Amino acid sequence: MKVTLNVNGEGRELDIDPRTTLLDALRNHLDLTGSKKGCDHGQCGACTVLVNDRRINACLALAVMHEDDEITTIEGLGQPGALSPLQRAFVQHDGYQCGYCTPGQIVSAKGMMSEFDLGWPSNVSDDLTAIPDFSRTEIRERMSGNLCRCSAYPGICAAIEDAAPEEGLKNTKAAE
Amino acid sequence: MTEHLKMDKVQPRMLDETGQGAIHKPMTRPEGPLKVSGTATYAAEWSLPNMAEGVMVRAAITKGTCEIDESSVKDMPGFVGIYTDRMVRNSAQGTMGTNPVQPEGEVHYLGQPIAVAVAETLEQARDIAQSLAVKYTPADGAKTVMDDSTEFEDDDDPVDMGDLDKAMSEAAFSIDSLYTTKPHNSSAMEPHAAVADWEGDRVILRGSLQMLGFNKNELADSLGIDVSNVRILSPYIGGGFGSKLGISPECVAAAVASKKLGRPVRVVLHRNNVFEMITLRTETRQRMRLACDADGKLTAIGHENWQTNLPGESMAEPVDVATHFLYGGENRRYGQHIARLNRSASGAVRAPGEAVGQLGLENAMDELAEAAGIDPIEFRVRNIPEKSPESGLPYSSNALAQCLQEGAEMFGWSGRKGPKERLEGEWYLGMGVASAARSNILMESRANVTLNPDGTALVQTDMTDIGTGTYSILGQIAAEMLGIDPSKVTVELGDTDLPEASGSGGSWGAASAGSSVFLGAKGIRTKLAERLGCSPEELRLQDGVATGANNRRPLAELMDGPITEEGHIEPGSTSNDFEQAGFGAHFAEVAVNKVTGEVRVRRMLAAMAAGRILNAQTARSQVWGGQIWGIGTALTEEIQHDRRTGHIVNNDLAEYHIPVNLDVPDLDVHFVDERDDQSNPMQIKGIGELGLSGAGAAITNAIYNACGVRVYDYPATPDKIFPHLD
Repeated sequence: MKVTLNVNGEGRELDIDPRTTLLDALRNHLDLTGSKKGCDHGQCGACTVLVNDRRINACLALAVMHEDDEITTIEGLGQPGALSPLQRAFVQHDGYQCGYCTPGQIVSAKGMMSEFDLGWPSNVSDDLTAIPDFSRTEIRERMSGNLCRCSAYPGICAAIEDAAPEEGLKNTKAAE
Repeated sequence: MTEHLKMDKVQPRMLDETGQGAIHKPMTRPEGPLKVSGTATYAAEWSLPNMAEGVMVRAAITKGTCEIDESSVKDMPGFVGIYTDRMVRNSAQGTMGTNPVQPEGEVHYLGQPIAVAVAETLEQARDIAQSLAVKYTPADGAKTVMDDSTEFEDDDDPVDMGDLDKAMSEAAFSIDSLYTTKPHNSSAMEPHAAVADWEGDRVILRGSLQMLGFNKNELADSLGIDVSNVRILSPYIGGGFGSKLGISPECVAAAVASKKLGRPVRVVLHRNNVFEMITLRTETRQRMRLACDADGKLTAIGHENWQTNLPGESMAEPVDVATHFLYGGENRRYGQHIARLNRSASGAVRAPGEAVGQLGLENAMDELAEAAGIDPIEFRVRNIPEKSPESGLPYSSNALAQCLQEGAEMFGWSGRKGPKERLEGEWYLGMGVASAARSNILMESRANVTLNPDGTALVQTDMTDIGTGTYSILGQIAAEMLGIDPSKVTVELGDTDLPEASGSGGSWGAASAGSSVFLGAKGIRTKLAERLGCSPEELRLQDGVATGANNRRPLAELMDGPITEEGHIEPGSTSNDFEQAGFGAHFAEVAVNKVTGEVRVRRMLAAMAAGRILNAQTARSQVWGGQIWGIGTALTEEIQHDRRTGHIVNNDLAEYHIPVNLDVPDLDVHFVDERDDQSNPMQIKGIGELGLSGAGAAITNAIYNACGVRVYDYPATPDKIFPHLD
């Protein structure tokens, strides 16, 4: 069936099997293989993309559900030579090893920052209505949907903290 | 030309003299921009014209035979074919170099690959694979549980020195404890994948594999073709941890289907397939017997283990590998007993042997130190032998005492108290320590190094980078030896058309592939010295300028074209004449909830002695990985088999619990400065598995120190703790 996906600011027309996930549409039909398939079950986060600025697992969405949505993948955040602050910080802090979960980590971190900006609490927030604290514990909790078997978590957290001001993180205690 | 070295004697410490400054310090990965932008290409991401998609079909019985009914699916949309020829039962064992078992219609375990369904699209292939009718004829006698009634194959040649029983009965202090560990899964984030295409009689396989030199032979043998007709490409690999050591079912299936179809075929394992079809780490039972005299000197060590594997698999987890050389004691006994079960095959998972063996040994050491009333660090230091206690060989280097003592100082060990003596809210706090050890290995390896007159260089080898930092360190070694900036070096890996390397596994990659690059560059230095008119020893290369014999010339003036040298390293007598291992000490502080028994790791420190450190950043990341694997091993990771069928019940990442970000506290890594002259011409030792060895034991020892509960059955889930908290 026909669907138009707006990916990284570009309209892409597809004629695909309705069973095609958003992830498989990106990887197998649009040649955007930066979003990774680690589990195909929403368990590992390697496929994280932004849909209308919210992070989702692309393996748990069907492509045809996202007509007219604004989809941002890792390729849309930055490319070699013009990396985003988060991407540069992941390189600088060795926030990866094999690199397979990395695009998902970075897109997820980008989405997480929007959630801070909206004042969303998390499972480790002491006060559900206060401005969330941009602490290591909050980052760890909010990034726990992105598995990294190489276990680069210390570098991932350091990279996120380092890049946050340049990424424009606003509504947190740390940014005040 | 080839610069060849068989490591028969100590080599000069050239890397302490070269002076370019490209090694030792932290350096970011040259492939980093590709990885963070999603443009590094992993196996499944190759898209070839007219490529068909394959999905594996798994056996739904535990033991018997199966017949595929192709007619049940051949009218489905997009159907291309069902292929069963040459299907391998499971992934090959590491360094096997031959085909895995090809059972030809027999089923040996539930989840075994029995066919590949090929269709025009992935969605169609998945539907066909799930709809395929298979007629099973179950056989009697399936064995799925290791328990007291299991028959075991015993090790033919167990070590038995002195009289263990007598030493145990006469000792001032002794312990006799049974430790158990559950099976572990590697869970690399990238599922195994293959894209196969044929050029005439030659198969081009893009795969996710750790050891291409072995893998090409395994694939050729599985397909019944000559190895010269196999080319494997594996430039980026999304983690391995042992699971990609050997050729895996999707590679053989894709190659067979592609050959029959005359078109490219892609087969990607589903995460469930990865758990079932790829080797996992065996469960273990370990009987630990330790005895010491009144002064805390060990008199006896017994380490006997029981484990499982499929019939016909050669690999056994070397559970006691580090126990043989870590501590003294004249009475020693070992034994290994293997149960043959109809369950997914056992094989290497990160640090085979030490990963679980050090749990048994280092918990037992903690128990005995407690019984003898000696501080666990002092107890370990007292029992470090002068030379390897069984072989009598000298250690190539052994900084265990330094790791324990420097680590204790850094960690604040003197603040450690006894069980239940530190309470914070409803959390008991405690500290634990464990020794780390990992045998150091050198493998034959080759690489081409090319220096260009413009001061750029190229390194080419079929070595792999599974996240370990190969691209970084090979470039750094070449840069250091050739006196150029690492950014001037291009490293090409993962192509069997390039010189054959050791592959990634056993923590030998940096030493082996690195030495071949070192030697290739050394050969180039010899040529440059000739042209400059000095001896190779006098030659100084720095920032693209050669100096020697009162002569100073830029590279461009010395060279009229590129110089290429092959480096070739082989292990020699230093591997046999010395006990070579990396050593270290792990420290952990944990909090145990006094109501629920939940354990949270508060902080960890790893003090590691692994010879020269080539890149402080990638080495530290490897140790972080080991420490965090230690958290998973200690607290959450366990494969659960259905006792009736052998089915892996938790065959995905939601139910097999690897550590997540919130499970991981602040981690410190301390490298003890060291050069190991016997190891290789760079004086380095492996680090990737050393970081895991003992890490989990430091955590369980900390649990005991926090709350007084000794966990004998890993992982230390709350149900094993809270019932014992009074």
